[in-house]
Amino acid sequence: MLEAGRASAAPVPITTESRLARGTLIALAILVLTIFLILPVLVVFSEALGKGLSFYLATFREPDAQAAIRLTVIVAAIAVPLNTLFGITASWAIAKFEFPGKSLLITLIDLPFSISPVISGLIYVLLFGAQGYFGPWLIAHGIRIIFALPGIVLATVFVTFPFVARELIPLMQEQGNADEEAALTLGANGFQAFLTTTLPNIAWGLLYGILLCNARAMGEFGAVSVVSGHISGLTNTIPLQVELLYNDYNFTAAFAMASLLTLLALVTLAAKTLVEMRYGDSLAVSSRY
Amino acid sequence: MRIRIVDIAKDFGRTGALRGANLDIRDGELIALLGPSGSGKTTLLRVIAGLEIPNAGRVFFDDQDATAVPVQQRRIGFVFQNYALFKHMTVNDNVAYGLRVLPRAIRPAQTQIRSRVEELLDLVQLPELGKRYPRQLSGGQQQRVALARALAVEPRVLLLDEPFGALDAKVRKDLRRWLRELHGRIGHTTIFVTHDQDEALELADRVAILNLGKVEQVGKPDEVYDNPDSAFVMSFVGDTSSIPVEFDGTRLLHEGRPLVATFGASRTGPCRLYVRPRDVVLDKPAADRLPGTIVNLHRTAAGRRAQIALGKAATVIEAEIDMSLATSPGEPVGISFAKGRVFPE
Amino acid sequence: MPIRTQSLRFKQPSVLPGFGLAFGFSLFYLSLIVLLPLAALVAEASGLGVTGIWRIALEPRVLAALRTSFGLAFAAAVTDLLVGFLVAWVLTRYQFPGRKLLDAAIDLPFALPTAVAGIALATLYAPNGWIGAIFASLGVKIAFTPAGIFVALVFVALPFTVRPVQPLIGEIDRSLEEVSATLGASRWQTMRYVIVPMLSPALLTGFALAFARSVSEYGSVIFIAGNLPYVSEIAPVLIVIRLQEFDYRGATAIAVIMLALAFSVLFAINLIQAGGRRKYGHA
Repeated sequence: MLEAGRASAAPVPITTESRLARGTLIALAILVLTIFLILPVLVVFSEALGKGLSFYLATFREPDAQAAIRLTVIVAAIAVPLNTLFGITASWAIAKFEFPGKSLLITLIDLPFSISPVISGLIYVLLFGAQGYFGPWLIAHGIRIIFALPGIVLATVFVTFPFVARELIPLMQEQGNADEEAALTLGANGFQAFLTTTLPNIAWGLLYGILLCNARAMGEFGAVSVVSGHISGLTNTIPLQVELLYNDYNFTAAFAMASLLTLLALVTLAAKTLVEMRYGDSLAVSSRY
Repeated sequence: MRIRIVDIAKDFGRTGALRGANLDIRDGELIALLGPSGSGKTTLLRVIAGLEIPNAGRVFFDDQDATAVPVQQRRIGFVFQNYALFKHMTVNDNVAYGLRVLPRAIRPAQTQIRSRVEELLDLVQLPELGKRYPRQLSGGQQQRVALARALAVEPRVLLLDEPFGALDAKVRKDLRRWLRELHGRIGHTTIFVTHDQDEALELADRVAILNLGKVEQVGKPDEVYDNPDSAFVMSFVGDTSSIPVEFDGTRLLHEGRPLVATFGASRTGPCRLYVRPRDVVLDKPAADRLPGTIVNLHRTAAGRRAQIALGKAATVIEAEIDMSLATSPGEPVGISFAKGRVFPE
Repeated sequence: MPIRTQSLRFKQPSVLPGFGLAFGFSLFYLSLIVLLPLAALVAEASGLGVTGIWRIALEPRVLAALRTSFGLAFAAAVTDLLVGFLVAWVLTRYQFPGRKLLDAAIDLPFALPTAVAGIALATLYAPNGWIGAIFASLGVKIAFTPAGIFVALVFVALPFTVRPVQPLIGEIDRSLEEVSATLGASRWQTMRYVIVPMLSPALLTGFALAFARSVSEYGSVIFIAGNLPYVSEIAPVLIVIRLQEFDYRGATAIAVIMLALAFSVLFAINLIQAGGRRKYGHA
């Protein structure tokens, strides 16, 4: 137990569990994390390559697969910049100024996190669906939102718009107004002040927010599933195509498509870890979920 | 309970290490561990508590070797500088904690625990505050609750780690007095760590001076103040000035001039004379006095002091002077010493 | 100099420009994307009225779906609370090889798209899957049963019970643990009476987030659930079915009930947190 008279290497504080308890807990934690977190990722790649590398690559040459990838990229290419713009403007307004109703605004921004993705899709169907409020008007004018690209974009925008804002608001609040005010006293106008002082300060947080926003935009399933027509080759994003292939018992192809998104997730995580390691203090201290 | 500390060594690879500390603590005494930061005094306290395991040496509680006894079983009471009260518990629950975690077999009944808590809160003079939470109390009150909590389990020794360090000066003084009184009443062996020599001298029955991981001297406050064993002890406890001198076997010389006494010099060769400000006697320059010049005069809370440049080397010493003495910077003076100690260079 | 009367101000005066533009755009964007669709939800719901919603809530199939969703979400959140605490403790307090990697892996359920997680879990726990096979040999079926839903929810919500707790564990004042030991408490007693109560706000927050996420989860669950009505059908699936039947009202009703129930739980938890903060300050 306690060996007085032997030089201790790294002093273990009294306030910790016995060696046996520690070892057990570590083993338990590793086991749990491996089973629950690591195995699913391994399964994706194991199944995707189950029929060999050539089959895996051939999956992406299918026209439907390519259409799905194209659609996903287009949707992200629209949603992410829009939400980034929103994120920057909203955090500028919230972090740099005082006005009543700020917490209400922040609560609204947090809203998509509290709503089921299905409900996120539902609200757009209620608006633009065939029997929705604008339904008849849209049909009369030949405009399709639900079951078409615009609907998918809208639903994706809704689900992902908090990401950039939530990363930037606490960050900009922490950083305060001093730099911008200094720039102004030196003669810069608002826009210049923003470009030269704010932007560099929030650069890493912004990057991180965009990465998360993008990963979620490409991977969103529930909300998009509700508003999409599930038409393979037309209105299927990668996640929807994965579902289609899986339900058709085309497991290997399904996992092959899924592996794309998994790789994206791993890259996002790696980028996050890297940024946090090197620039931890440039990210919001409170990165809530 | 008597405590014997034998050759304790503890190494952290940084400051606060102990390098062979020895100390005998008598039953029922209030003893201070005094020293500069890094001297190892807190480490020694924690080794006694069982919060640190020494690399070498032994700790004896009465005549039992307690070195390998885990902290939970040592029956000690520990009070931290930051109180370490459990913020999510009321004062009552804090004080009762030690009693509630006792094994079921020896745990007292709820009613007994409650009355004991009341007793203790009375003892520390906080009778009505049982239902409050720590954040609703002042610093001084929190520290008293911490003490009550430590006393609840009837410890064999009380260990206090800079107990008043986090408090205002006035509160600190009041609590010092109060602690002295409390000790008079309950009589536990009490060890407290401090870097404040006034506190140590005022409170303790005996003072142990630590330096660089060893106990340099231990004794009553008067002994330590008047008969320091080393230059370190002398200069750490109370103000001193030091003067380079030489001992030729019979006389003590400063820049060739003999001093009136040898002040305990024993080794021939260069050494240093340490004097307290009030033992420096200012007079007109004379043959049997050391020549000096007044550098400046300043007020202190207790009176007036002069800084004097002594001899050719212009060693600066401090002297306490009378409020009414008429003198000014630049005036030549003759210095002699009523008391002093010589330690080798 | 005449004193100018203070005109009614919305925002505090500030040197920085661009408020109007930024705030205006944000508000416009929010209205379009969030408020307008939500208004449609509210309008549809009020078309039904409370009685209408209540009637739909009591339909057997709806009740069953709500029970499944909320019941399993609760069970998963509790499980994640325990597992999350274990993981957070181990990752923060102990050193061991691979710790950093595992710490990064905690975010996997958060970063991985739900559909991908869904098919991966379904395959893993199917009777011929890597884990499902082990349980099948013991006669236990996981995939296509409520147990499968439970497992998927535990996966999905795990980060929510780990992340809020980690920083608090790191900030625990060691002197509190030490003083507890000097008072004679065993390690287990210290854990139970000192450490866990101190962490309870973060634990509660984690539980609330995990619960909210589990209740609303769709993609990770539909592949591994059997989706059998009354047995393994979750509320979001029922919403989708109603939409496919063009029963907008029915879908809305279920959505409103889900939102109301979820918000009530979160509100209750918020109250508990606030009460604790009042009594003994920020833990």
